[in-house]
Amino acid sequence: MSSSQEIRTQIASIQNTQKITKAMEMVAASKMKKAQDQMVKARPYADKILNVMSHLAHAHPEYESAFLHERDVKTKGYIVISSDRGLCGGLNNNLFKKVLDMVTKDKESNINSAFGLVGNKASSFFQRSGGEVIAQTSQLGDKPTVEQVLGLIKNVVDKFLQGEIDEVYLVFNKFINTVSQEPEVAKILPISIAEKNKEYDFYWDYLYEPDAKEVLDSLFTRYLESLIYRSIVENLACEQASRMVAMKAASDNATDLIAELQLIYNKNRQAAITQEISEIISGAAAL
Amino acid sequence: MSDKIRLEIVSAEQELFSKDVEMVYAPAEMGEVGVSPKHTPLITKLKPGDVRAQISKDEIETFYVSGGILEIQPSEVTILSDTALRGEDLDEARAIEAEKVAQEAMRNSSNEMDTQKAKSELLQAAAQLRLIKKLKGKVKNK
Repeated sequence: MSSSQEIRTQIASIQNTQKITKAMEMVAASKMKKAQDQMVKARPYADKILNVMSHLAHAHPEYESAFLHERDVKTKGYIVISSDRGLCGGLNNNLFKKVLDMVTKDKESNINSAFGLVGNKASSFFQRSGGEVIAQTSQLGDKPTVEQVLGLIKNVVDKFLQGEIDEVYLVFNKFINTVSQEPEVAKILPISIAEKNKEYDFYWDYLYEPDAKEVLDSLFTRYLESLIYRSIVENLACEQASRMVAMKAASDNATDLIAELQLIYNKNRQAAITQEISEIISGAAAL
Repeated sequence: MSDKIRLEIVSAEQELFSKDVEMVYAPAEMGEVGVSPKHTPLITKLKPGDVRAQISKDEIETFYVSGGILEIQPSEVTILSDTALRGEDLDEARAIEAEKVAQEAMRNSSNEMDTQKAKSELLQAAAQLRLIKKLKGKVKNK
């Protein structure tokens, strides 16, 4: 059995670790709240742009945008959204596993894959696992802005328009509630415009200024940006929630460990006292 | 109500305005447009400038947009703004600073992308300044 001194140092060190995990848990909780607020704030824009897109589905533009053009799939693009930092449970790994599964399946049917990566974790994972990375960005911080990801989006979209990528999927964690997040894969390119609503089914079209191509293409670009921005914010909320849960588990484990060690320490101390007393008594009896 | 039109201004990061108004003025790419109720459907790009919402006869609210998309339906106007801050919140010093930095970058710029970026920053800063001056003038006139 280890000496009392050793056990005492061990308890102290676990207590220090526990302090850190507790603090991280609380920080994550408050950051999660902020990320959720950001998620709510991003909603009106996404709703509005969807609204405009559905109006567009009823209009009859003469221009056929390349964004809507379906073609045979030879290369699939994935925009993978991950966190910058670790210590958030299996969040990133579950996501990457899902992507890898899809990529392996594609390989069997001779479809190549290309990646656009958001976050440090995705960068390091996909560099190790191989695959063509066409764009990456990281260090978005706790308050990501659309501006930070514009470069990445442009890269991927240009590749799609040039025909180097035939389909683009967005991969991120969906926020269900604080304790559960699910990896989600959504096809974002080519854009499929929502179902038609019978009510609007008479012939009309917008006036386009300056012309349909320019306006529609910039609308579609913004639509993609809003989708990606929203999923980044959602992924951030997931990251914080997942970190909070992981840190809570760590703090709880530390409490258990400390209780166990304390018990051993007390038993040790008790045994030492008992031994001392019996030595004194037997010494006295010998006199 | 038939004499009013719904105006919604949203940016990717938050909702900015949502009210029934009498008239909307917006800086479309081909020139400023004024939208009254029952306008024909139109969709256009916006350039940096200010959007004015005529809420009632003597109540106008002004917003700065740095670009975006304007969609008009007979009963609603939607502005998908790239980054829109409330006109009153604009930081004049920041705008001047941005202009200075942009001008400097333009002078020293070595590649095409820097020049393009500087140009658009300059354009935005100038539009922000114009709006601030306009707002200031309004305060003085009161």
